[in-house]
Amino acid sequence: MSLELRAITKRFGGLVANDAIDFAVADGEIHAILGENGAGKSTLMNIVYGLLQQDSGTISVDGKELIINSPLDSLAAGIGMVHQHFMLIPVFTVAENIVLGHEKTGFLGKLDLATAREEILRISREFNFDVNPDALVEELPVGIQQRVEIIRALIYDAKVLILDEPTAVLTPQETDELLSNLKKLRESGRAIVFISHKLREVKAIADKITIIRRGKVVGTASPSAEQSELASMMVGREVDLKVDKEAAKLGSEVLNVQNLTIQDHTGRTLVNNISFQVKAGEVLAIAGVQGNGQSEVAEAMLGLREHVAGSVQVDGREIIGKSVVDCLDLGIAYVPESRELDGLISSFTIAENLVLDTHMSAPYSKFGRYFPDAVKKVAQERVAEFDIRAQSVTDTASSLSGGNKQKVVLARELSRPVKLVVVSQPTRGLDVGSIEFVHERLVAERNDGKAVLLFSTELDEVYALADRIAIMFKGEIIAIVEPSISREELGLYMAGISSDVEVSA
Amino acid sequence: MKLIAKKAILPLIAFGLALFVGGLVIGFTDSRVLSKIGSPISFLQVFASTVGNAYLALFQGAIYDPNLAEGHSFLTGFYPLSQTVVNAAPLMLCGLSVAIAFKAGLFNIGAQGQFIFGAIGASYVGFHYELPIFLHVVVAITAAIVLSALWGGFVGLLKAKTGAHEVIVTIMLNYIAANFLLWILGTSTFLRPGRLDPLAPPVKDTARLPRLFGDNYSVNVGIFISIVVAFLFWLLLNRSTWGFKTRAVGANSSAARTAGISVQRITIGTMLIAGGLSGLAGAIHVLGFQYELTSDVAGSFGFDAITVALLGRGGPVGVVLASLLFAGLRVGGTTMQANVQVPVEIVLVIQALVVLFIAAPGLITRYLKIKNLESGQEMASKGWNG
Repeated sequence: MSLELRAITKRFGGLVANDAIDFAVADGEIHAILGENGAGKSTLMNIVYGLLQQDSGTISVDGKELIINSPLDSLAAGIGMVHQHFMLIPVFTVAENIVLGHEKTGFLGKLDLATAREEILRISREFNFDVNPDALVEELPVGIQQRVEIIRALIYDAKVLILDEPTAVLTPQETDELLSNLKKLRESGRAIVFISHKLREVKAIADKITIIRRGKVVGTASPSAEQSELASMMVGREVDLKVDKEAAKLGSEVLNVQNLTIQDHTGRTLVNNISFQVKAGEVLAIAGVQGNGQSEVAEAMLGLREHVAGSVQVDGREIIGKSVVDCLDLGIAYVPESRELDGLISSFTIAENLVLDTHMSAPYSKFGRYFPDAVKKVAQERVAEFDIRAQSVTDTASSLSGGNKQKVVLARELSRPVKLVVVSQPTRGLDVGSIEFVHERLVAERNDGKAVLLFSTELDEVYALADRIAIMFKGEIIAIVEPSISREELGLYMAGISSDVEVSA
Repeated sequence: MKLIAKKAILPLIAFGLALFVGGLVIGFTDSRVLSKIGSPISFLQVFASTVGNAYLALFQGAIYDPNLAEGHSFLTGFYPLSQTVVNAAPLMLCGLSVAIAFKAGLFNIGAQGQFIFGAIGASYVGFHYELPIFLHVVVAITAAIVLSALWGGFVGLLKAKTGAHEVIVTIMLNYIAANFLLWILGTSTFLRPGRLDPLAPPVKDTARLPRLFGDNYSVNVGIFISIVVAFLFWLLLNRSTWGFKTRAVGANSSAARTAGISVQRITIGTMLIAGGLSGLAGAIHVLGFQYELTSDVAGSFGFDAITVALLGRGGPVGVVLASLLFAGLRVGGTTMQANVQVPVEIVLVIQALVVLFIAAPGLITRYLKIKNLESGQEMASKGWNG
């Protein structure tokens, strides 16, 4: 079955999210749509799936033009979608989730799960998915939850499968498994649309690549194209994927973490007895799959967590038990994992956000008085220095794009005199241009003799920046390695398997 | 200027709609109007004149009544306005109390109880001590503020240290305050000599707030105090580091904490100030208008204040205007009932409708096709679960 889009246009107010996009995928083919965040990929697929309606253009399946007004229409036409954020109910079982919305009932409204269960097992066997229909979704790893989403699409006979940023939440191993599963689906004759901004994966899996930039198709490429070529098409200019980094000039030890243990309020141990050091002039990357205790360690670096035991010293001064202000005063820059939640106040102006943690100092205040004009003036300098694209420093932070938001956070944190820079997932959800900027800035801080502690789940980022890599798994640091380690080996560490242990498939 | 117009448009539309719906309620509940339902033309005539007369009486009772000016100077007709302003002052301060808590992300339902403690403090200093003029007022007001700030600050302390939700705590403390007032009025210290009903001795002349336009008009310096406080409110929030922190905590406490702002300290400090503001309202009401402490001295000031803060969008200018409006409705409502026999409760209906239209701006934006309104929804929904 083939899906063909012709001249799809979609406007949101003055913004043209999709501008006359043509796209086609045939059965037995994996067609990747490559584009940055905000390029219009998701809008396009939401139109195909019936969550949005196009302003003009046509969608046809097998040459027949379709009008898709809701997801029910697209399902009926054989189009299935796996969303970036799973649409599953955690407390339901796999089978219950799959019948949701298509419940078949028997005598007196009794829910018929037996048929669904059989179907799930059949599909699971056919594609080697290994999914138990009676497992509770909340107890399944993310990779398996995604398979449940795929099964849901297949069970309703989807011939065209759309996957929106499917690897964003997966570990490297899970990503590999997903890619091999997609190949099997291709062999079964299904058409697959693979949406991503990750060059490596797109090259690995796609038969054809369509590149979208600012709502327009800017070209197609074959998977054999060079990464740099794809990147420059995606971004619209030459992109330097490598961060220029001179050899580390190590200074004295800035951060010394000894036997750090963190518990949650119920007494469950989240981080178990970890120790590491970071010297001036180096980047220590803490790699690992999301949720293995990295967030908690990052927060502990600024005194944001309770129930912390052990020792964290910055320049020989203990910070455990200190307030956040004291930690900031010791010279710690902190870029939190969630800029929306912890990094910025979206209803505050850009200028105000730039002084969130320095508003008490001159020239912004004196004897408790606050001088908005001084804040605005300095903000203008910062906006220029950090290339923050905003109409005015008095616009609210919510008006900024993700990349510019992150630049505001960086501008604030790196404009103070600091010795230690703690950054957590600094480029999550950013476009390539902003990623370059953030990476260059962090390397500049390192070269400037600051100790940089980077928490990242992105392997590309870890390799681009790290001088040493510590891998966290289940609250422990299971290894600290050199960045010359192979991706494969690093991936195994992240899955909790150390390299000297025999791996069984 | 454009911004102010944008902020004012939703409350104005809401008020206009509320008057319109209120008019329908007046018409359809009036027996004289309903008796004409058989003949459409006279029905409409009576309907219109009944509603018109009701709102005219409301206006006369709230702002200017030419009947009062008859035989006197033109200015005598402004007696109702004086009453409105006298009632607006405490409402304004209570409204600011609710508004400042809202700025810190807290929902202060406790203005009523804080008002009561302010009234108790002002009354006690007012009738018990002999002090020179001016100083007496200052001491009485200080006592009121300290007492009520502690009462409000206690809520902040509980919230900061134990996480107790301020809505529950303030509601409960309102009951305690009301019953404490009843009890204390029965003690020998507060009971007026020769009386058995709960009534404190009148405050001494030295402790009374000076009136502005002679003895015939009860309007007094309390309104000036309130407006100055409204200005200080703006100054504190926008031109002090404390205000910056408070706004940060209110807008995103998680980011504020990450930036090294102590959410606990702000919570306690804000509730201290909120309590003090409501207490000042109590003091102004007792020293400027009532002159004595009664069991229902607080009326419904503390509760109306929530509506006033909502209508005023939590800003000082808005609160000043909203409190004048609500005080006018309350004062005028009494005249409306007396002159044209429209029940005073219709005023409550109008007040409630105003809040409804503001809290659900979708009603206005969708059906009147007005776009880009500064929405009041955030305050109405988000603030409520603070």
